[in-house]
Amino acid sequence: MADDKDVLRDVWFGRIPTCFTLNQDEVTEREAEPYYLLLPRVSYLTLVTDKVKKHFHKVMRAEDVEEMWFEYEGTPLKWHYPIGVLFDLHASNTVLPWSIIVHFKNFPDRDLLHCPSNSVIEAHFMSSIKEADALKHKSQVVNDMQKKDHKQLWMGLQNDKFDQFWAMNRKLMEYSTEDGGFRYIPFRIYQTTSDRPFIQKLFRPVSADGSMHTLGDLLKEMDPTALPNEGGQKRYQVVIHGIEPLLETPLQWLSEHLSHPDNFLHICIIPTPTD
Amino acid sequence: MPISLLWAVDVYGRVYSLSTVGQQWEQCRDAQMEFKRVTAARQCCWGIACDNSIYLNVHASDLPVRYQEETYENQRWNPVDGFSDRLLPSDRWQWSDVTGLQHQPLDGFLLPSNSWEWEGDWYVDENFEGEPTEKGGWSYAIDFPATYTKDKKWNSCVRRRRWLRYRRYKAMDTWAKIPSQQTSLPDPFSDISCGGWEVSEEPRGRLSLWAVSLQGKVWFREGIYHHNPEGSSWEEVSLPGEVVQISCGPGDLVWAVLWEGQLIVREGIGRDCPKGTSWAMVDSPSPDVGATHVAVGVNVVWALTKDNKVWFRRGVNSHNPCGSGWINMVGEMIMINVGLNDQVFAINCEDRAVFFRQGVTSSELSGKTWRTINVPRDGDRSHSSASASSLQSAGCYFCGEVQAQTAASDVESDTDKVSTDGANCLVASTSPESFVDAPTDQPTETPKPRIPKVTSDSFISELVSDREPGKCSRDKAPAVLEEEPLTEDGEVKASSDGVAVPQSQSGAPLDLQWSNVDLEEAQSQRVQTGAVLEEADTCSLSSVATYTLAMEDPYGADEHPLWAWVSGGGCSVDSHSQLSWFNCSTNASSLVQSVHSMGLSVTPAQTAAWKKQIFEQLNERTKRELDNFRHYEQAIEQSVWVKKGTMQWWRDWKPHKWMDVHFALEQFSGPEGNKDGILFIYYNFYEEKKYLHAFINEVTILVPVLNDYKHTFAIYTPERTKQRWPIRVAAATELEMHDWLALLSVSCCDSRGIQGPPSKQAIWSITCKGDIFVSEPSPSLEAAPYPTPCDQMFWRQVGGHLRMIECNSVGIVWGIGYDHTAWVYTGGYGGGFFQGLASSTDNIYTQVDVKSVYIYENQRWNPVTGYTNRGLPTDRYMWSDASGLHECTKTNTKPPSPQWTWVSDWAIDYSVSGGTDREGWQYAADFPASYHGYKTMKDFVRRRRWARKCKLATTGPWQEIPPIPLSDVTILPCAAQSSVDVVSLWAISNKGDVLCRLGVTALTPAGSSWLHVGTDQPFKSISIGAASQVWAIARDGSAFYRGSVSSQSPAGDSWYHIPSPAKQKLKQVSVGRTSVYTVDENGNLWYRQGVTPSYPQGSAWEHISNNVRKVSAGPLDQVWIIADKVQGSRSLSCGTVCHRLGVHPAEPKGQSWDYGIGGGWDHITVRGNSMEPPRLPSLTDTLLQS
Repeated sequence: MADDKDVLRDVWFGRIPTCFTLNQDEVTEREAEPYYLLLPRVSYLTLVTDKVKKHFHKVMRAEDVEEMWFEYEGTPLKWHYPIGVLFDLHASNTVLPWSIIVHFKNFPDRDLLHCPSNSVIEAHFMSSIKEADALKHKSQVVNDMQKKDHKQLWMGLQNDKFDQFWAMNRKLMEYSTEDGGFRYIPFRIYQTTSDRPFIQKLFRPVSADGSMHTLGDLLKEMDPTALPNEGGQKRYQVVIHGIEPLLETPLQWLSEHLSHPDNFLHICIIPTPTD
Repeated sequence: MPISLLWAVDVYGRVYSLSTVGQQWEQCRDAQMEFKRVTAARQCCWGIACDNSIYLNVHASDLPVRYQEETYENQRWNPVDGFSDRLLPSDRWQWSDVTGLQHQPLDGFLLPSNSWEWEGDWYVDENFEGEPTEKGGWSYAIDFPATYTKDKKWNSCVRRRRWLRYRRYKAMDTWAKIPSQQTSLPDPFSDISCGGWEVSEEPRGRLSLWAVSLQGKVWFREGIYHHNPEGSSWEEVSLPGEVVQISCGPGDLVWAVLWEGQLIVREGIGRDCPKGTSWAMVDSPSPDVGATHVAVGVNVVWALTKDNKVWFRRGVNSHNPCGSGWINMVGEMIMINVGLNDQVFAINCEDRAVFFRQGVTSSELSGKTWRTINVPRDGDRSHSSASASSLQSAGCYFCGEVQAQTAASDVESDTDKVSTDGANCLVASTSPESFVDAPTDQPTETPKPRIPKVTSDSFISELVSDREPGKCSRDKAPAVLEEEPLTEDGEVKASSDGVAVPQSQSGAPLDLQWSNVDLEEAQSQRVQTGAVLEEADTCSLSSVATYTLAMEDPYGADEHPLWAWVSGGGCSVDSHSQLSWFNCSTNASSLVQSVHSMGLSVTPAQTAAWKKQIFEQLNERTKRELDNFRHYEQAIEQSVWVKKGTMQWWRDWKPHKWMDVHFALEQFSGPEGNKDGILFIYYNFYEEKKYLHAFINEVTILVPVLNDYKHTFAIYTPERTKQRWPIRVAAATELEMHDWLALLSVSCCDSRGIQGPPSKQAIWSITCKGDIFVSEPSPSLEAAPYPTPCDQMFWRQVGGHLRMIECNSVGIVWGIGYDHTAWVYTGGYGGGFFQGLASSTDNIYTQVDVKSVYIYENQRWNPVTGYTNRGLPTDRYMWSDASGLHECTKTNTKPPSPQWTWVSDWAIDYSVSGGTDREGWQYAADFPASYHGYKTMKDFVRRRRWARKCKLATTGPWQEIPPIPLSDVTILPCAAQSSVDVVSLWAISNKGDVLCRLGVTALTPAGSSWLHVGTDQPFKSISIGAASQVWAIARDGSAFYRGSVSSQSPAGDSWYHIPSPAKQKLKQVSVGRTSVYTVDENGNLWYRQGVTPSYPQGSAWEHISNNVRKVSAGPLDQVWIIADKVQGSRSLSCGTVCHRLGVHPAEPKGQSWDYGIGGGWDHITVRGNSMEPPRLPSLTDTLLQS
């Protein structure tokens, strides 16, 4: 029987097979071959696409190269969302590999943040962790960590070191048995149908009467439309890491096991595909 | 923590017990009569019944209480008859005790009480000083009294033999009356308290029992031991006044309350004088109000005064039993009791509920808060006879009725909830809370039943008579009774609609309420609101139960139980215990339950549907997104990862000393994804920077050597093992050391591709510090002629703390702690300092071990002052370790490492080999010499041993097997065909009883119960071979073979005595497939020759080796030992794992030793390794081929 820790491994080692194709409008010296890569679901696009950049740079003149950005079926992909979230939100239920178009010009400043270096990603990642810990432990755990511990978290993600990352991250997942869970669950709910980037509110893992809140409880409060309607018809899929947990799954457990390395539980609500 | 019981008596004299894992009070059905008071120890419970007699309830155990009666038959030789029973007039009796002074004919032995039975008839003891006698068990001497020998000589004029008969205590798990003495006691008893089991090192069973009579006299029960649970007689204890109540703690504290309200404290209680010598007076906590009640533990005293105030006594310990002052505590109680671990239980005066004091720890003995023990009684349910089973199945979901019993504060919140429910829900009555709350309102409407006033001297009869009016009115007016719930329900109905209507209308016919239809209805309504089914069950069940009781029993669950007395003396809880006694008051929806199960320990059977779904979907995701694309390039390349730190290193060159070094682990992934690493130690050598390194894949073991001043660990490679000189490094803190150990251990395992739990074939070993290591045997480990060298074995640590460990090849592993607790392996890995990923989340439990630290007090005699602590200048320290070389005083001696904490004070240790006098002294002519327990003219020095207990708490894949403490265990080294095959497991209890475990299989490694196997003397070691041949060593050093052990007869039929090797006392035995090996007390290893299937006892002992501490023979007849004095190239080691080479069927004794890890090893078991080595082509084959 599988152990809870296997879930952590499965989550960490989730990969999305991706085919990167150069945008046709880019000026190249010769034809650019597509580039195939297994992208870690828990990482960030700009962190893991050095190889892609190098691959396409080879066929381009240096003066034609600006900041690289990615697009899927017309949607610019936000690098500061985890890769898995981008895929689940825009491309789940499509044929694999995931086909991403690579751009080197016309950076969509209105849609995307610039990412000049990895230190920007690190800053974004660390601020997410700190925000999550503020919700979980009033920042007590993350503030108790030393600089090198923070570095270990980041290096773990950057170098895909599961053990290195979790040796530190488990401290962020601790809570006293008396409380029965974190103070608040750090979560973000993404909807394709909404203009808002995501929903993020305060939500406790344990209800006032001591019972554990479930994924269903969370959605009931945050986005009731995501739940099956009276007729039992499922209009939306609730996807975390490419899977659909049952609505009675306790939220605390989800937060401990299915959070991204940034310590947030990223939940995608996408319309159920109509076959 | 083993399951244990909290005992209590309600105001009607009914006795209940509450299990530490239970959620309801179980009524003691056996009690035919009402009880006034109970006082519990772990193994029994004493009580005063309403007939004023004292009753004893000994808890059943797999280990019977049996007593060996013995008498001697004496004979004298005369020329006419030869040896006959015709003795000289000056001789002893023909039947006598061992001294010959007491006349003891066989028929003179009577059972002490009706609670005993004979096990069999008298028989002759055939053994004499560990040797079998020729015939008839006779031993011979020149005359009475003289030295007896087993051989008849020419001058043997007298002979004698010993007759034995066992009697057994049969009144287990029942209240047996203690027969009153012939001189009947002047007046009945009114209070009773037992304790004192920690005063001496006597085995469990010795108790001090104190009783108070109505006239205020105090009596002490003499002679309560394991073999005599009833005790022998009452002794009156003189008093400075009249006592109303007494309390005896587990140690040497005894306090009593006088009529006048002062307290008296017993002084002079000790090992030799459990009764104490005198009383000291302590004033009542409050000058105006007298004390009414006192309760003592090991180091605490709690008292109550007439105004029900609670007081805690400061500064109490065994040197100062009177303490120093009183502190007023929160709460108003009428009765208080201190249980094990100084945990406190009390009954409050307002509603007579039992409270538990939370947060009592050794550093905070007064605890934090009072918490109500809020669980239902079993009687509450069984009264509703119709569907007892379904009630049972509802189990702890019986929240409704419990809520009805909770205090007023709960009521408020509940009513609150009702109103919100009413507002939110479409139909309020469909919400379970409204039903649950319905009975809650009752107490506010009906007048509160009068709670009898209880003082410390009041009795059940008074209590009951107090209750009489209320009871009568209820009895006389049953109509009113029936209407109460009706009106009650009517109100619910008024405010709401729905299910309540059929319920109130149906009224009496309860069976209707239980119909499936009703439940289904409730369920279907719940389903719509999207909540959980169990909740609906709960509501209708609980409301029904309430009605039932209201009608059938006037004292039913519509009112809460009223407790009169509680005793925690048998209740093994501490501040860390997870108790489910308090949870019932919360709204126990099924989710709370599932949260408990999901937390950290999910057993496979409990895996919830949602979790299964996640596991399954993750697997599907892998298939979908990864399996077809594995040829894709990974986005992130694996690279090197380094962890650095500063440490101290025990430098390799002389003079050896600790020096500061930089310590670094570089980890990297190989091209095939395998991980490896290098360990660097950077140091300065004459201003020059140098480094030492070790490849992680060459490290064979990491051994923590935590001691009281340094956080050290040792790193071995095969080369370092040969040298007996590991790399020794020390971290600055314990935490840092554990971080490093955990990290290095994981990288060692990674580099060798080892993960998860050990295999069934694993070899287990234990260091002298109690650390547990496990090694995976390679198939060629037992290969001949070229086995894997022993020093190349890789050992990894498993959490926990044990003294010895045994296993077999189907994965059953048992261990025994230093405190003799038995543990069974749960199948997990990690624990201890292994955190997070290196440890399984299931199967890891808390493990506690206790051991003693010893120091010696040394004195020298001089003609002027006698023995003093002034020694000669050349003498050893006056306070020292056993060797005398190191000074060890009471104050400077620390626990062995920071993991250990003191749990007792220094006490004289009388259980030293060689014996001691009454003050614990051993005498000798000079230091160091052999000591004896009595003083002679030639003795000029003396010493005595002091012991102090310390405790360690850790975690590991071990679960306790209560309650019998063990000293040895052995498991059949088999290859069981299927997992249900019952595996023989034998053990020796720490008292020397031989035990056979029933129901042990690969799936249930803990087994079910013990079967006691009778012996005529205590045993110390046991081993079972692959063909069920059982060998054992008795305490006198002789060996025994157990005949006819088979799967049909798991306990065999009789013992065959096997003489030990000449002049050697055997210590330990291990039986492999066919080989039998023993170790004697002088460190010799012996092989049993001539063992054949038809003659399994064998013929003679053959000496194999010396300097052997322990042997383990395995299912392949492989032989491994722990050896002393193993010379390495740089150092000598003691306690080294060694492997016998050259063992094969034609040469079962083997040829030579191969040396493995050590020193500092204490135990090894290879009995799990049944892996046959691969057959190598023989030399001739190779020659033929070429």
